[in-house]
Amino acid sequence: MEFFAWCMIAAGIGMGLGSFGTGIGQGLAIKSACEGVARNPGASGKILTTMMIGLAMVESLAIYVFVVAMIILFANPFTDKVVELLAK
Amino acid sequence: MTHPFLILQWLEEILHTHVGNHVMYAWLVMIILIVLAFLASRSIKLVPNGWQNLMESVVSGIEGLITDTMGPKGIAYFPMLATFALFILVSNLIALIPGFYPPTADLNTNAALALTVFVMTHVIGFKEHGIGYLKHFMGPILALAPLIFVIEIIGHIARPLSLTLRLFGNMYGHEVVLMIFIALVPFLLPVPMMLMGVLIAFIQTFVFTLLAMIYIAGALEEAH
Repeated sequence: MEFFAWCMIAAGIGMGLGSFGTGIGQGLAIKSACEGVARNPGASGKILTTMMIGLAMVESLAIYVFVVAMIILFANPFTDKVVELLAK
Repeated sequence: MTHPFLILQWLEEILHTHVGNHVMYAWLVMIILIVLAFLASRSIKLVPNGWQNLMESVVSGIEGLITDTMGPKGIAYFPMLATFALFILVSNLIALIPGFYPPTADLNTNAALALTVFVMTHVIGFKEHGIGYLKHFMGPILALAPLIFVIEIIGHIARPLSLTLRLFGNMYGHEVVLMIFIALVPFLLPVPMMLMGVLIAFIQTFVFTLLAMIYIAGALEEAH
Protein backbone atom coordinates (compact mmCIF):
# COMPACT_ATOMS: atom_id res chain seq x y z
CA MET A 1 0.00 0.00 0.00
CA GLU A 2 2.93 2.30 0.67
CA PHE A 3 3.66 2.27 -3.06
CA PHE A 4 0.38 4.02 -3.86
CA ALA A 5 0.89 6.59 -1.11
CA TRP A 6 4.29 7.43 -2.59
CA CYS A 7 2.67 7.66 -6.05
CA MET A 8 0.27 10.32 -4.78
CA ILE A 9 3.07 12.22 -3.09
CA ALA A 10 5.27 12.05 -6.19
CA ALA A 11 2.49 13.29 -8.47
CA GLY A 12 1.57 16.15 -6.14
CA ILE A 13 5.11 17.34 -5.44
CA GLY A 14 6.11 16.91 -9.07
CA MET A 15 3.23 19.02 -10.30
CA GLY A 16 4.04 21.65 -7.68
CA LEU A 17 7.70 21.85 -8.67
CA GLY A 18 6.85 21.87 -12.36
CA SER A 19 4.36 24.72 -12.09
CA PHE A 20 6.72 26.65 -9.77
CA GLY A 21 9.38 27.09 -12.41
CA THR A 22 6.89 27.53 -15.21
CA GLY A 23 5.08 30.23 -13.25
CA ILE A 24 8.29 32.21 -12.78
CA GLY A 25 9.20 31.82 -16.43
CA GLN A 26 5.80 32.90 -17.74
CA GLY A 27 5.74 35.81 -15.32
CA LEU A 28 9.06 37.07 -16.65
CA ALA A 29 7.83 36.73 -20.23
CA ILE A 30 4.63 38.66 -19.53
CA LYS A 31 6.56 41.32 -17.62
CA SER A 32 8.79 41.96 -20.61
CA ALA A 33 5.82 41.96 -22.98
CA CYS A 34 3.99 44.52 -20.82
CA GLU A 35 7.08 46.75 -20.75
CA GLY A 36 7.39 46.45 -24.51
CA VAL A 37 3.75 47.39 -25.09
CA ALA A 38 4.01 50.30 -22.64
CA ARG A 39 7.00 51.71 -24.53
CA ASN A 40 5.63 51.10 -28.01
CA PRO A 41 1.85 50.53 -28.09
CA GLY A 42 1.95 50.35 -31.90
CA ALA A 43 3.81 47.04 -31.79
CA SER A 44 1.32 45.37 -29.46
CA GLY A 45 0.00 42.97 -32.12
CA LYS A 46 3.41 41.56 -32.94
CA ILE A 47 4.43 41.41 -29.29
CA LEU A 48 1.24 39.53 -28.45
CA THR A 49 1.93 36.91 -31.15
CA THR A 50 5.52 36.40 -30.05
CA MET A 51 4.55 36.29 -26.39
CA MET A 52 1.87 33.68 -27.04
CA ILE A 53 4.36 31.39 -28.79
CA GLY A 54 6.86 31.90 -26.00
CA LEU A 55 4.25 31.21 -23.34
CA ALA A 56 3.16 28.04 -25.13
CA MET A 57 6.78 26.88 -25.27
CA VAL A 58 7.29 27.56 -21.56
CA GLU A 59 3.93 26.07 -20.70
CA SER A 60 4.76 22.77 -22.37
CA LEU A 61 7.20 22.07 -19.51
CA ALA A 62 4.34 22.18 -17.01
CA ILE A 63 2.26 20.11 -19.42
CA TYR A 64 4.95 17.40 -19.52
CA VAL A 65 4.87 17.28 -15.73
CA PHE A 66 1.09 17.08 -15.83
CA VAL A 67 1.19 14.18 -18.29
CA VAL A 68 3.71 12.35 -16.12
CA ALA A 69 1.57 12.99 -13.03
CA MET A 70 -1.50 11.63 -14.84
CA ILE A 71 0.48 8.54 -15.90
CA ILE A 72 1.59 8.00 -12.29
CA LEU A 73 -1.96 8.41 -10.99
CA PHE A 74 -4.16 6.73 -13.61
CA ALA A 75 -1.99 4.64 -15.92
CA ASN A 76 0.84 3.48 -13.70
CA PRO A 77 2.69 0.64 -15.47
CA PHE A 78 3.79 -0.95 -12.16
CA THR A 79 0.34 -1.18 -10.57
CA ASP A 80 -0.30 -4.77 -11.67
CA LYS A 81 3.09 -5.93 -10.41
CA VAL A 82 2.63 -4.25 -7.03
CA VAL A 83 -0.88 -5.67 -6.61
CA GLU A 84 0.49 -9.10 -7.51
CA LEU A 85 3.27 -8.78 -4.94
CA LEU A 86 0.80 -7.60 -2.29
CA ALA A 87 -1.45 -10.58 -2.88
CA LYS A 88 1.37 -12.99 -2.05
CA MET B 1 -12.17 11.74 -16.00
CA THR B 2 -14.52 12.84 -18.76
CA HIS B 3 -18.16 13.77 -18.88
CA PRO B 4 -20.20 11.03 -17.22
CA PHE B 5 -22.49 10.75 -20.22
CA LEU B 6 -21.21 11.00 -23.78
CA ILE B 7 -23.80 11.03 -26.55
CA LEU B 8 -21.63 9.38 -29.18
CA GLN B 9 -20.38 6.75 -26.73
CA TRP B 10 -23.98 5.72 -26.22
CA LEU B 11 -24.48 5.73 -29.99
CA GLU B 12 -21.33 3.68 -30.43
CA GLU B 13 -22.55 1.04 -28.00
CA ILE B 14 -25.76 0.72 -29.99
CA LEU B 15 -24.01 0.55 -33.36
CA HIS B 16 -21.03 -1.59 -32.19
CA THR B 17 -18.52 0.38 -34.23
CA HIS B 18 -15.54 -0.33 -31.90
CA VAL B 19 -13.51 2.68 -33.01
CA GLY B 20 -13.22 4.61 -29.76
CA ASN B 21 -14.69 7.86 -28.55
CA HIS B 22 -12.12 10.16 -30.06
CA VAL B 23 -12.65 8.76 -33.56
CA MET B 24 -16.44 9.13 -33.27
CA TYR B 25 -16.10 12.72 -32.13
CA ALA B 26 -13.48 13.46 -34.78
CA TRP B 27 -16.03 12.25 -37.36
CA LEU B 28 -18.62 14.54 -35.80
CA VAL B 29 -16.22 17.48 -36.10
CA MET B 30 -15.60 16.57 -39.75
CA ILE B 31 -19.35 16.47 -40.41
CA ILE B 32 -19.77 19.88 -38.77
CA LEU B 33 -16.96 21.35 -40.88
CA ILE B 34 -18.27 19.80 -44.11
CA VAL B 35 -21.79 21.09 -43.47
CA LEU B 36 -20.40 24.53 -42.59
CA ALA B 37 -18.32 24.61 -45.77
CA PHE B 38 -21.35 23.48 -47.81
CA LEU B 39 -23.59 26.15 -46.27
CA ALA B 40 -20.97 28.82 -46.87
CA SER B 41 -20.27 27.90 -50.49
CA ARG B 42 -23.77 26.90 -51.59
CA SER B 43 -24.54 30.24 -53.16
CA ILE B 44 -21.47 32.42 -53.46
CA LYS B 45 -22.28 36.07 -54.00
CA LEU B 46 -20.12 39.11 -54.60
CA VAL B 47 -21.65 40.80 -51.56
CA PRO B 48 -21.56 38.05 -48.94
CA ASN B 49 -24.14 37.52 -46.25
CA GLY B 50 -24.90 34.87 -43.66
CA TRP B 51 -22.59 31.85 -43.54
CA GLN B 52 -20.46 33.04 -46.44
CA ASN B 53 -19.70 36.23 -44.53
CA LEU B 54 -18.55 34.29 -41.44
CA MET B 55 -16.39 31.81 -43.33
CA GLU B 56 -14.85 34.53 -45.49
CA SER B 57 -13.67 36.42 -42.42
CA VAL B 58 -12.27 33.22 -40.89
CA VAL B 59 -10.45 32.26 -44.09
CA SER B 60 -9.05 35.74 -44.70
CA GLY B 61 -7.89 35.88 -41.06
CA ILE B 62 -5.91 32.65 -41.45
CA GLU B 63 -4.59 33.85 -44.81
CA GLY B 64 -3.34 37.09 -43.24
CA LEU B 65 -1.62 35.13 -40.47
CA ILE B 66 0.12 32.89 -43.02
CA THR B 67 1.40 35.79 -45.13
CA ASP B 68 2.59 37.56 -41.98
CA THR B 69 4.48 34.54 -40.66
CA MET B 70 5.68 32.71 -43.76
CA GLY B 71 5.83 35.36 -46.45
CA PRO B 72 4.34 35.02 -49.93
CA LYS B 73 5.74 31.48 -50.37
CA GLY B 74 3.60 30.17 -47.54
CA ILE B 75 0.27 30.73 -49.24
CA ALA B 76 0.75 27.43 -51.15
CA TYR B 77 0.29 25.57 -47.85
CA PHE B 78 -2.87 27.47 -46.92
CA PRO B 79 -5.27 24.49 -47.35
CA MET B 80 -3.39 22.25 -44.93
CA LEU B 81 -2.81 24.93 -42.29
CA ALA B 82 -6.39 26.20 -42.46
CA THR B 83 -7.64 22.63 -42.07
CA PHE B 84 -5.51 22.21 -38.95
CA ALA B 85 -6.79 25.48 -37.53
CA LEU B 86 -10.49 24.78 -38.19
CA PHE B 87 -10.35 21.14 -37.09
CA ILE B 88 -8.53 21.88 -33.84
CA LEU B 89 -10.68 24.91 -33.05
CA VAL B 90 -13.98 23.06 -33.52
CA SER B 91 -12.60 20.03 -31.63
CA ASN B 92 -11.56 22.20 -28.71
CA LEU B 93 -14.78 24.19 -28.57
CA ILE B 94 -16.97 21.09 -28.70
CA ALA B 95 -15.71 20.26 -25.19
CA LEU B 96 -17.84 23.04 -23.74
CA ILE B 97 -21.11 21.34 -24.72
CA PRO B 98 -22.26 18.81 -22.09
CA GLY B 99 -22.15 15.26 -23.42
CA PHE B 100 -19.40 16.00 -25.91
CA TYR B 101 -15.76 15.01 -25.64
CA PRO B 102 -13.01 16.89 -27.48
CA PRO B 103 -11.13 14.57 -29.86
CA THR B 104 -8.01 16.65 -29.10
CA ALA B 105 -8.11 15.46 -25.46
CA ASP B 106 -6.84 12.11 -26.73
CA LEU B 107 -3.20 11.36 -27.52
CA ASN B 108 -4.01 9.47 -30.73
CA THR B 109 -5.73 12.37 -32.50
CA ASN B 110 -2.99 14.79 -31.52
CA ALA B 111 -0.23 12.40 -32.53
CA ALA B 112 -1.87 12.04 -35.95
CA LEU B 113 -2.00 15.82 -36.40
CA ALA B 114 1.56 16.38 -35.15
CA LEU B 115 3.01 13.57 -37.28
CA THR B 116 1.31 15.07 -40.34
CA VAL B 117 3.08 18.36 -39.60
CA PHE B 118 6.39 16.54 -39.04
CA VAL B 119 6.23 14.54 -42.29
CA MET B 120 4.95 17.49 -44.34
CA THR B 121 7.79 19.71 -43.06
CA HIS B 122 10.44 17.36 -44.41
CA VAL B 123 8.55 16.55 -47.61
CA ILE B 124 8.28 20.28 -48.32
CA GLY B 125 11.97 20.74 -47.48
CA PHE B 126 13.10 18.04 -49.90
CA LYS B 127 10.71 19.31 -52.58
CA GLU B 128 12.04 22.85 -52.23
CA HIS B 129 15.80 22.22 -51.96
CA GLY B 130 16.27 18.71 -53.33
CA ILE B 131 19.07 16.77 -51.65
CA GLY B 132 20.54 20.09 -50.48
CA TYR B 133 17.90 20.09 -47.74
CA LEU B 134 20.29 17.91 -45.74
CA LYS B 135 22.45 21.04 -45.27
CA HIS B 136 19.79 22.19 -42.79
CA PHE B 137 20.95 19.43 -40.47
CA MET B 138 24.69 19.90 -40.96
CA GLY B 139 25.45 23.19 -39.27
CA PRO B 140 27.89 25.80 -40.57
CA ILE B 141 31.18 23.89 -40.08
CA LEU B 142 31.72 20.67 -42.03
CA ALA B 143 34.01 19.11 -39.42
CA LEU B 144 31.32 19.35 -36.77
CA ALA B 145 28.59 17.98 -39.07
CA PRO B 146 28.28 14.48 -37.52
CA LEU B 147 27.81 15.96 -34.05
CA ILE B 148 25.34 18.65 -35.20
CA PHE B 149 23.44 16.05 -37.24
CA VAL B 150 22.61 13.95 -34.16
CA ILE B 151 21.55 17.02 -32.17
CA GLU B 152 19.37 18.30 -35.03
CA ILE B 153 17.68 14.92 -35.45
CA ILE B 154 16.83 14.84 -31.73
CA GLY B 155 15.52 18.40 -32.00
CA HIS B 156 13.34 17.50 -34.98
CA ILE B 157 11.93 14.41 -33.25
CA ALA B 158 11.11 16.52 -30.18
CA ARG B 159 8.85 18.75 -32.32
CA PRO B 160 5.94 16.32 -32.91
CA LEU B 161 6.31 15.13 -29.30
CA SER B 162 5.91 18.63 -27.90
CA LEU B 163 3.11 19.50 -30.36
CA THR B 164 1.20 16.38 -29.31
CA LEU B 165 1.70 16.70 -25.59
CA ARG B 166 0.98 20.43 -25.48
CA LEU B 167 -2.42 20.12 -27.10
CA PHE B 168 -3.25 16.91 -25.24
CA GLY B 169 -2.17 18.25 -21.85
CA ASN B 170 -4.10 21.47 -22.21
CA MET B 171 -7.35 19.89 -23.34
CA TYR B 172 -7.20 16.87 -21.03
CA GLY B 173 -6.11 19.03 -18.11
CA HIS B 174 -9.05 21.30 -18.68
CA GLU B 175 -11.41 18.30 -18.71
CA VAL B 176 -9.94 17.00 -15.45
CA VAL B 177 -10.14 20.39 -13.73
CA LEU B 178 -13.72 20.82 -14.86
CA MET B 179 -14.72 17.37 -13.59
CA ILE B 180 -13.03 17.98 -10.21
CA PHE B 181 -14.82 21.33 -9.85
CA ILE B 182 -18.16 19.76 -10.79
CA ALA B 183 -17.55 17.03 -8.20
CA LEU B 184 -16.77 19.65 -5.53
CA VAL B 185 -19.41 22.32 -6.17
CA PRO B 186 -21.69 21.64 -9.13
CA PHE B 187 -23.46 25.01 -8.94
CA LEU B 188 -21.89 27.97 -10.83
CA LEU B 189 -18.30 27.24 -9.75
CA PRO B 190 -17.33 25.50 -13.04
CA VAL B 191 -18.52 28.48 -15.11
CA PRO B 192 -15.32 30.58 -14.76
CA MET B 193 -13.32 27.47 -15.58
CA MET B 194 -15.42 26.94 -18.71
CA LEU B 195 -14.82 30.58 -19.67
CA MET B 196 -11.11 29.90 -19.39
CA GLY B 197 -11.73 26.82 -21.54
CA VAL B 198 -12.89 29.06 -24.40
CA LEU B 199 -9.66 31.05 -24.06
CA ILE B 200 -7.54 27.87 -23.95
CA ALA B 201 -9.33 26.50 -27.02
CA PHE B 202 -8.49 29.56 -29.10
CA ILE B 203 -4.92 29.95 -27.80
CA GLN B 204 -4.03 26.30 -28.35
CA THR B 205 -5.42 26.38 -31.88
CA PHE B 206 -3.41 29.52 -32.55
CA VAL B 207 -0.24 28.03 -31.09
CA PHE B 208 -0.51 24.72 -32.97
CA THR B 209 -1.18 26.43 -36.30
CA LEU B 210 1.53 29.03 -35.76
CA LEU B 211 4.12 26.40 -34.81
CA ALA B 212 3.20 24.35 -37.89
CA MET B 213 3.69 27.50 -39.98
CA ILE B 214 7.06 28.24 -38.37
CA TYR B 215 8.29 24.67 -38.92
CA ILE B 216 7.27 24.75 -42.59
CA ALA B 217 8.79 28.22 -43.02
CA GLY B 218 12.00 26.86 -41.48
CA ALA B 219 12.07 24.06 -44.06
CA LEU B 220 11.44 26.57 -46.89
CA GLU B 221 14.30 28.95 -46.09
CA GLU B 222 17.86 28.48 -47.27
CA ALA B 223 20.35 26.70 -45.02
CA HIS B 224 23.09 28.84 -43.54
